[in-house]
Amino acid sequence: MKRFFLIIITWLSISQISAQTPEELINKITAKLEKVNDYTAKGKLKTNVVFIKAPIASVKVYYKKPDKMKIINEKGISFIPKGSVNINLAKFLSAAGNYEIVDAGKEAGTGLRILKLLPSDENSDIVLSTLYIDEKAELVKKAKNTTRDNGTYELEMSYGKYASFGLPDKVIFSFNTKDYKLPKGVTFDYDDGAEKKSDDSLKNKKGKVEITYSEYLINKGVDDAIFN
Amino acid sequence: MMALLKIEIFKIFKRPRTYIAFSVIALIIILIQIALKFGGDEYKELMLSGTGNSFEEIPTKTILNGYLICFIILNLLLIHVPILVALIAGDAVAGEANMGTLRLLASKPVSRIQLLLVKFTASVIYTLILLIWVAVLALFGSMALFGVDWLSIPRELQLNVMESDDVLWRYALAFCFAAIGLICVAALAFMLSVFSDNSIGPIVTTVCVIIVFTILTQLQIPFYDETIKPYLFTTHMLGWKGFFYVKGVDGVTEKGSIENFSSIIKSAAILIGYTAAFLGIAFWYFKRKNILS
Repeated sequence: MKRFFLIIITWLSISQISAQTPEELINKITAKLEKVNDYTAKGKLKTNVVFIKAPIASVKVYYKKPDKMKIINEKGISFIPKGSVNINLAKFLSAAGNYEIVDAGKEAGTGLRILKLLPSDENSDIVLSTLYIDEKAELVKKAKNTTRDNGTYELEMSYGKYASFGLPDKVIFSFNTKDYKLPKGVTFDYDDGAEKKSDDSLKNKKGKVEITYSEYLINKGVDDAIFN
Repeated sequence: MMALLKIEIFKIFKRPRTYIAFSVIALIIILIQIALKFGGDEYKELMLSGTGNSFEEIPTKTILNGYLICFIILNLLLIHVPILVALIAGDAVAGEANMGTLRLLASKPVSRIQLLLVKFTASVIYTLILLIWVAVLALFGSMALFGVDWLSIPRELQLNVMESDDVLWRYALAFCFAAIGLICVAALAFMLSVFSDNSIGPIVTTVCVIIVFTILTQLQIPFYDETIKPYLFTTHMLGWKGFFYVKGVDGVTEKGSIENFSSIIKSAAILIGYTAAFLGIAFWYFKRKNILS
């Protein structure tokens, strides 16, 4: 009898989750993100691009509702890909404006729910966004965005103690890099005998930027002047 | 020997033309610093043009800091400093012959080898003082004017970035390497000076050799890459830059690393070899030279 009730309760819970419509799921995620009016986060930024060797930079990320975001170097030089300011989902969902949601089922292996967002605004920079959602936790784990000006980029997010606000501990931003080449007459390179990468190996590669957040200050107020 | 060396150094620094080199270097460095202070945006855009506009803008003052300004200055200047070195080293023996004092010098109670050693040492001291002058103005002057931050080195196919506390030791070694390169040029001018009785010849010949070799070093012709370039001393004089080429793991700079240290050592050894060869020829010829003036 006990086992019967347990099965019934489990089945009801599962059906409750799977019963969520795409709109309900997006609304729940948005509601979670809506709890954050602003934040300041400290983080470490690592650039992994085939033609760049750079140390890990210390950055500060500022966000303010509805769509203000800025990444500032605390120390050093960091290469922040264009479009990466959309690493904040609240900003991204806000930027997407009104959109149509298409349910694309579940991802094999991970079981993540796939929702495709098609902005109805013809002038929106984002043309198509695909979200991979952990339904149970109501968190977006992956996002693939196709933009008009900045190509296609992917976001991968890991969550920790700020998951209740929908804020990740780590974001991996993947993007397409262009080929890098400067005239030798400008650089006057020294041929140190190191193995030279061919031009082709530097073309059309994926670059990655990882931001690992160490601390969020949520809803403590952020001065507008920072975004200017 | 020491007394003779003091006299030679006194002779070098007594001539007004010695100070022309110091003034020219100061003028060039200051002009570059002014140009980059007020027109640095264009240089930054050129430097980052290779990234294909893929990244958010980096503030000019962050990237064009004192360390990078010094690198830019050395990049431009270390082709020209050898010419200024040739002015003094090329005049060391030929100048005496031209003035008719070489015979008098050779009659002193020192061997011809000692005489040449003293003259070459004086040229080396001049070269080192000139290099220190470059270091003071280009490195410390730029640090004072532009401040310090991480250093970004643009290369043909990559961009190397290093932390600010990982830079000064590289400059120290780079200047030591530059000294080896410039002493090699001084040895060439000195050797040519021994062959001549007029200082214009060795100076002009050294300058021509440097210009031709530098053009060959920079030419993008595969045939020369394998056949001639590895043997030109001007190719190896660029070795100072090797201290700013870093190793990386997954795109992250390895602090304190040098991409190919053995290659820098090889270049230094080749330059030292050239210097020894130039001096050997000079000593061999001068020992047998019939000094008539």
